[in-house]
Amino acid sequence: MKSGSNLEKLLERGEFVVTGELGPPKGPDAEVVKKKAAMLKGYVDAVNITDNQTAIVRMSSIAAAKILIDMGLEPNMQMVARDRNRIAMMSDLFGANVLGIRNMLCLSGDHQSFGNHPEAKNVFDIDSIQMIKMVKNMRDEHKMICGEEIEGEFKMLIGAACNPFADPFWYRPLRLAKKVEAGVDFIQTQCIYDMKRFKDFMKQVVDMGLHEKCKILAGVTPLKSVGMARYMASSVSGIIIPEELIKRLHGAEKGKVAAEGIKILCEQIQELREIKGIAGIHLMAIEWEHRVPEIVEQAGLLPRPTP
Amino acid sequence: MIVADRKPFAEIMSMVEKYSKILVVGCGSCVTICMAGGEEEVKILASQLRIAFRKQGKNIEVQEAMALRQCDDEYMDDPVLIEKVRWADVVISMACGVGVQHATTFFNRIIEERPTRVVPALNTTFMGANLGAGEWEERCLGCGDCVLEKTGGICPITRCAKSLLNGPCGGSSNGICEVSKNTECAWHLIVERLNVLGELDRIKQVEPYKDWRPSHSGGMRKRVREDMRI
Amino acid sequence: MNQFEPEIVAFCCHYCALAAADTAGKMGIQFAPNVRVIRVLCTGKVEILHLMKALEAGADGVVVVGCKFGECYFKDGNYRAQKRVQRAQSLIEEAGLEKGRLRFDFVPGPGGKKFAEIMNTMTQQVRALGPNPLKQKQ
Repeated sequence: MKSGSNLEKLLERGEFVVTGELGPPKGPDAEVVKKKAAMLKGYVDAVNITDNQTAIVRMSSIAAAKILIDMGLEPNMQMVARDRNRIAMMSDLFGANVLGIRNMLCLSGDHQSFGNHPEAKNVFDIDSIQMIKMVKNMRDEHKMICGEEIEGEFKMLIGAACNPFADPFWYRPLRLAKKVEAGVDFIQTQCIYDMKRFKDFMKQVVDMGLHEKCKILAGVTPLKSVGMARYMASSVSGIIIPEELIKRLHGAEKGKVAAEGIKILCEQIQELREIKGIAGIHLMAIEWEHRVPEIVEQAGLLPRPTP
Repeated sequence: MIVADRKPFAEIMSMVEKYSKILVVGCGSCVTICMAGGEEEVKILASQLRIAFRKQGKNIEVQEAMALRQCDDEYMDDPVLIEKVRWADVVISMACGVGVQHATTFFNRIIEERPTRVVPALNTTFMGANLGAGEWEERCLGCGDCVLEKTGGICPITRCAKSLLNGPCGGSSNGICEVSKNTECAWHLIVERLNVLGELDRIKQVEPYKDWRPSHSGGMRKRVREDMRI
Repeated sequence: MNQFEPEIVAFCCHYCALAAADTAGKMGIQFAPNVRVIRVLCTGKVEILHLMKALEAGADGVVVVGCKFGECYFKDGNYRAQKRVQRAQSLIEEAGLEKGRLRFDFVPGPGGKKFAEIMNTMTQQVRALGPNPLKQKQ
């Protein structure tokens, strides 16, 4: 086994995997992490712990991940290239491994101009693809970037993100191929709403055989309201929300927009399950952790398999 | 060329208001071309200073001078310029940061009787190209290890907000970088260019970790051509 | 009490404003007495420094009068002049003078009346600001 994590075991066994997401608090309040984690326990197979997402300072993903481990949940630690150079990355990865963290997601990271410290200096010593290569090398060759031997066993399942909706669209499968070449084990995609474009993308991915070299989890996010849908469509780069989905939300009875959003999501999950090459879903219910149990249940994804 | 921007007047004023003999020295190279510190900008700043001091009722003398290149001894060694510097209590350099430092070193070496104070009037912003009248854009970070041959002549280290080496991140939309609506996604440009050139294979391999030592990360850089030294 | 009579420097385009000033004279249209007309071939020839130097030399106000937009003899000289006046306004404001001491305006070729109006408006505008403070402290 590359990591011995539950996520790895389930993916290897061919189970349709469900991962969730948890954003740590803007401070050292462990209770916030525990409360959110408790809602997810038993409903997802692993939980992404974001690393200062959108460049807003939060509790470190390593520390929050450790809280989840202590609660019996499996974290998927995110790490961004924005804030650490290769020295800090490798050091933090050793530390994370010691604490029992066995899954990670290698990301470039949102630019600091979006966050609460836009005046900060960024790092970007290596990029997300090089980070994948670095971790794989640490795990499989027991070596640091410089070539020095690592003391002890380093185990990690290597994940990365993929945005099939960013431009240039035609280049996106090639970028995924590059992540595969670098040694990625699994991929979580950006939120999918434009099913047609995603299917086009997956067809190319399958034709290239990439789905056999890494496990692809389709990213989904429930649309909580018409306002949120419109905001995401217009302001979040790389997200395409077809107008008919917004119309459906708009047409929902008063007080039932959220329920309609969940209904749309469950239909999307069904559709995604049928796409060749999809190994699971990554459910990003941003500040909606309490609705995850009903979403997972309605989508027919319960009970979660035991590793 | 080196592109610069003039500092706000209030900031310049705060640097010089306690002196009574002020010399404004422009630079005839890059900052003349980018219209930040050439002859005209020297005259405008000097005029602003005179207006501001006279309005305050202060009797301050402001003189103007030019050096063709403040970053080079050869172009600074001008008796008229040096005489003016001798006269001044403070020298406002309208050169880039290189010129300001070089002027400081040069004047203090030539003028021995008292120290010469040189203050900057510009913020040096970037190494860039002139895109048209009144428009400049950054093109080089001086990383010390040029990759342009691999990337179709478009620099990802400079023009990508994250200096990515392996292709566009997820924030590229319609060819525009998510960090700024006025910035083209460098990697979008690169993959489109390589596609046209039929060289997409160039970026299919994972680009090796960059060695940042030749960049500023290795500390201040120095270049010596031994054959030119006697 | 003597009313303050501002000294106005008017940079006038040869092709329009100067002709307009002539027309005003010939038609006997009265306008502010302390206007000094400086003929320029095109307002595009007026530099920021000219405007600032006029103020440094003690003018209470400086007005640049060019052709109507789209009618510049040299195509876009008046657009340039307008932008330069705007930039000069921010430069003198930084240095502590009111931006109202500078103005850009335009007249059609024979518009003697319009020319007189511009000079009167500028004079009133500058009169409200008072004398150029640099003049008193020279």
